[in-house]
Amino acid sequence: MTANSVGPEFDSEYVIHCLQEAASKLEGGQAEVVVDFSPVQRLNPAAVTAMEKLAAQAGEKSVNVVFRGVNVDVYKVLKLMKLSSRFSFDN
Amino acid sequence: MAEKDSSLSEERIAYLEGLVSQARTAAAVFTQYTQEDVDRIVRAMVLAGLEQAQYLARLAIEETRLGVLEDKAIKNMVATEFVYNYVRDKRTVGAIREYPGRGLVEVAEPIGVIFSLTPITNPTSTVLFKCIMAIKTRNALIFGPHPKAWQCCREAIRVMYERAVEHGAPEGVFTCLEDPTLDDNRYLMHHKDVALIDATGGPGAVRAAYSSGKPAMGVGAGNTPVYLEKTADIDMAVVDIITSKTFDNGTICASEQTVVIDDEIYDRVLNKFADLGAHICDRKAVTLLERTVIDPETGFMRPMAVGQKATDIARVIGLPVKPETKLLIAPIRGVGREHPLSVEKLFPVLAVYRAKSVEEALRVCVDVNHAGGIGHTAVIFSNNDPVIRKFGEVINAGRIIVNSPGSIGALGGVYNDMVPTFSFGCGTGGGNSTMDNVNVYHYLNIKRVARRAQAQMWFRVPNQIYFNMNAVETLRQFPSRSTIIVTNPALEQIGLVDIVRRSIPSETLVRVLAIPDAEPEAKVVTQGVETLNSYRADQIIALGGGSVIDAAKIMKLKYESPEADLEELAAPFLDIRKRVVQYPTEKANRMRLIAIPTTSGTGSEVTPFAVLINKEQGRKITLADYSLSPDVAIVDPQFVMSMPRALTADTGIDCLTHALEAGVSIFASPYTDSNAMQAIRLVFRYLPVAYAQPRDVEARSMMHNAACIAALAFSNASVGVNHALAHAFGARFGVSHGRANALMLPHVIKYNASVPTKFMPSPNQHGYIAHKKYALVADLIGLGGTSIQEKVDNLVAAVERLLDQLDVPRSIADLGISREDFAAAALDLAKIAFDDPSWRSNPRMPLVGELVELLWRAYEGRSVREPAAETLAGAAV
Repeated sequence: MTANSVGPEFDSEYVIHCLQEAASKLEGGQAEVVVDFSPVQRLNPAAVTAMEKLAAQAGEKSVNVVFRGVNVDVYKVLKLMKLSSRFSFDN
Repeated sequence: MAEKDSSLSEERIAYLEGLVSQARTAAAVFTQYTQEDVDRIVRAMVLAGLEQAQYLARLAIEETRLGVLEDKAIKNMVATEFVYNYVRDKRTVGAIREYPGRGLVEVAEPIGVIFSLTPITNPTSTVLFKCIMAIKTRNALIFGPHPKAWQCCREAIRVMYERAVEHGAPEGVFTCLEDPTLDDNRYLMHHKDVALIDATGGPGAVRAAYSSGKPAMGVGAGNTPVYLEKTADIDMAVVDIITSKTFDNGTICASEQTVVIDDEIYDRVLNKFADLGAHICDRKAVTLLERTVIDPETGFMRPMAVGQKATDIARVIGLPVKPETKLLIAPIRGVGREHPLSVEKLFPVLAVYRAKSVEEALRVCVDVNHAGGIGHTAVIFSNNDPVIRKFGEVINAGRIIVNSPGSIGALGGVYNDMVPTFSFGCGTGGGNSTMDNVNVYHYLNIKRVARRAQAQMWFRVPNQIYFNMNAVETLRQFPSRSTIIVTNPALEQIGLVDIVRRSIPSETLVRVLAIPDAEPEAKVVTQGVETLNSYRADQIIALGGGSVIDAAKIMKLKYESPEADLEELAAPFLDIRKRVVQYPTEKANRMRLIAIPTTSGTGSEVTPFAVLINKEQGRKITLADYSLSPDVAIVDPQFVMSMPRALTADTGIDCLTHALEAGVSIFASPYTDSNAMQAIRLVFRYLPVAYAQPRDVEARSMMHNAACIAALAFSNASVGVNHALAHAFGARFGVSHGRANALMLPHVIKYNASVPTKFMPSPNQHGYIAHKKYALVADLIGLGGTSIQEKVDNLVAAVERLLDQLDVPRSIADLGISREDFAAAALDLAKIAFDDPSWRSNPRMPLVGELVELLWRAYEGRSVREPAAETLAGAAV
């Protein structure tokens, strides 16, 4: 059961790009990786899945991923997905 | 993940976990959607459902072999169009309802992942309905269809899902179990990420849902009784019943099961049924039906009959019927296991019962209702409103359908204004958590944002207060045919009654009732009421201290309302506006009460309080109601010029306590503050003078005014913990009220000015302000000080100086009460004080231990200027 999502105003490309970039930095030996989420208004399921993957990778590498500028609606999604405790947040 | 279930393979568990994970992500993402987003998606889904209504109906028929194609198509349309018509304008995102006047806003919170069981009888329509509800409320659904209807359900879910996602719904918002099993259901019902189970189906599914320990809505079986009463429109009733019972071959659980018909119309009704295509079974056919369509072991209907045509059922039992037969009608003689056809029959077989009376008909309907149909649906056809009302009272059903078909009526929105649904809540009687037609609001957590409300306050006082020397002469302006002066013998003896008499118009018949100078007993009130009755009095003048005026208030109450039960009226209350017991408003007699105080302290001339003492039981009955307030107060200082010095001191301190306690009360308002502050100012200035120079007219006059003004404050703001302690202590050791107040006062000020152990809930105040109010008092009377703490200390010192000036004993020990006697009583006194309603308006909620401590401070009388452990000013509050 699949369908093409044309959901309301998801900047899916930007989110996925950010997360991929963050994932690549995990290899750089840094203790912390900062991701600017201030332009992100909403998440879609694909973005949530990508964040789950990033959380797992960061956990393995013991890297702290810091999301900057996360709006509260997006934060609530992460909370419901039990992802908020796996990242840090900075305003 | 749910508990490990050994009956499921690892592969199956992984599959189920995948469904839940998908749904959980969708539900989380869905929380970001706006009302406009979901409304757009819902509209698109509804159109898809309407386009595919007939297609889905055909799939359902092909798979389940139940029901009627055309009716299933109609059900699909009702599940989409009618439900949409109900939900389209409903707010289900963010603030959904606002009540500005109440300061309340209701805000929707989605539930999350809902595991939904759907039935075999209404498979696709239930799916369409639930999909619309889920999207409207931003929830994700995992469907567990009935195993014999899962393919048509899966197709209905696909139709809804694809249209929803196409219009922006999150992927994974609907999923459907492939080849569902009971083990799958059990696994999902216990899954930690499933937030709610919505079980529409048979009793087994509903029981499983509720026993899972999850929040669940289980809506299930019915057994709809119908009362066809003799005043009914028979033509309409018979058509409606046939329409309903044959709709989708009777698969809707709200459809009619047993029709109880009044004897007078029974034959006519059956003939009408026969005319319109029903077959009336004879005894032999009924027996055949009983044996065939009802399982003798369980007493329930057999699945083979469910949703089948009447002609097919007749063929199976070997009953010859006309080919156009729509319905088989089976007369029965009772309800229960010995009458098998009295149970739920989801096929076109209808039991009928002949009732000899309304009472019998109602009893049989109750029996049917209780034979598996509690909480579900019932129907009545009648034009007799009292019978309809009685039916509604005795039948336990969430849907009581009047003069319309049961099945379609219960669905809502067609024959009535009930909420359209495909899930019927059956209430606790049916083992369900709701009795409603399940709708979007059951798919929401509704949060309430409650703003702090500014409580409505009041300031109620008698509308006539006359004051200053010779104010008593205003009595001339009150016409009266018969007046009773209530007073005490001493006041009569010193000539005060004569002063009053001289101001009463000559045409007024005047009688004097002298009562003991003590808190009134019931017998005194009874005697007073007898006097009022015997002279048919229209005016009562209370001349005396608080006890006399209180007695007159109660006499007036009993005279005007002889039925008033004083014990009941004294019932405790927390908020006078919300009290349980109401004072009588019907008056047998009406009279005017004029109060002329002869002391300057209690303020009873303007207060809504009165105390009655029950000596046999050793307790006081406190009455409080604004209807007790005197109609007129005459505050004339000539009546206090001869007041003894000790009485001047004690009543003056009582007045000061009233004003100080009203000032810091949680019910204080700008209106009461203005009175309280002025009274305090007058007391500090004039009480020492009145005490030292009793004939000083100005001092007496101002103290008399101060008492009345303080009473105006505490009549509306009430008093506090000082009074609660004084009541308990004074009553136990026989110490006058004013003196008992004086012993407590400095300690209570200090207590209220410090950081409370427990704050008193007080919606009218912003923060704790008692210490600031005391500081304000210090400023008002010019005590000086720069900090709040210093001002509070100065006020305490000023009160102590005043007490010294009045020669008031400064400790309970000074009264000659031994330490042993006091120690034996202290805890008891604290408990009694805690039961006293006076402290309910105190700014600080007293603990019993704190009351004990205050009592001991009063006993010791030690300086309250000793540094306290922690003060509000010190804590910079």
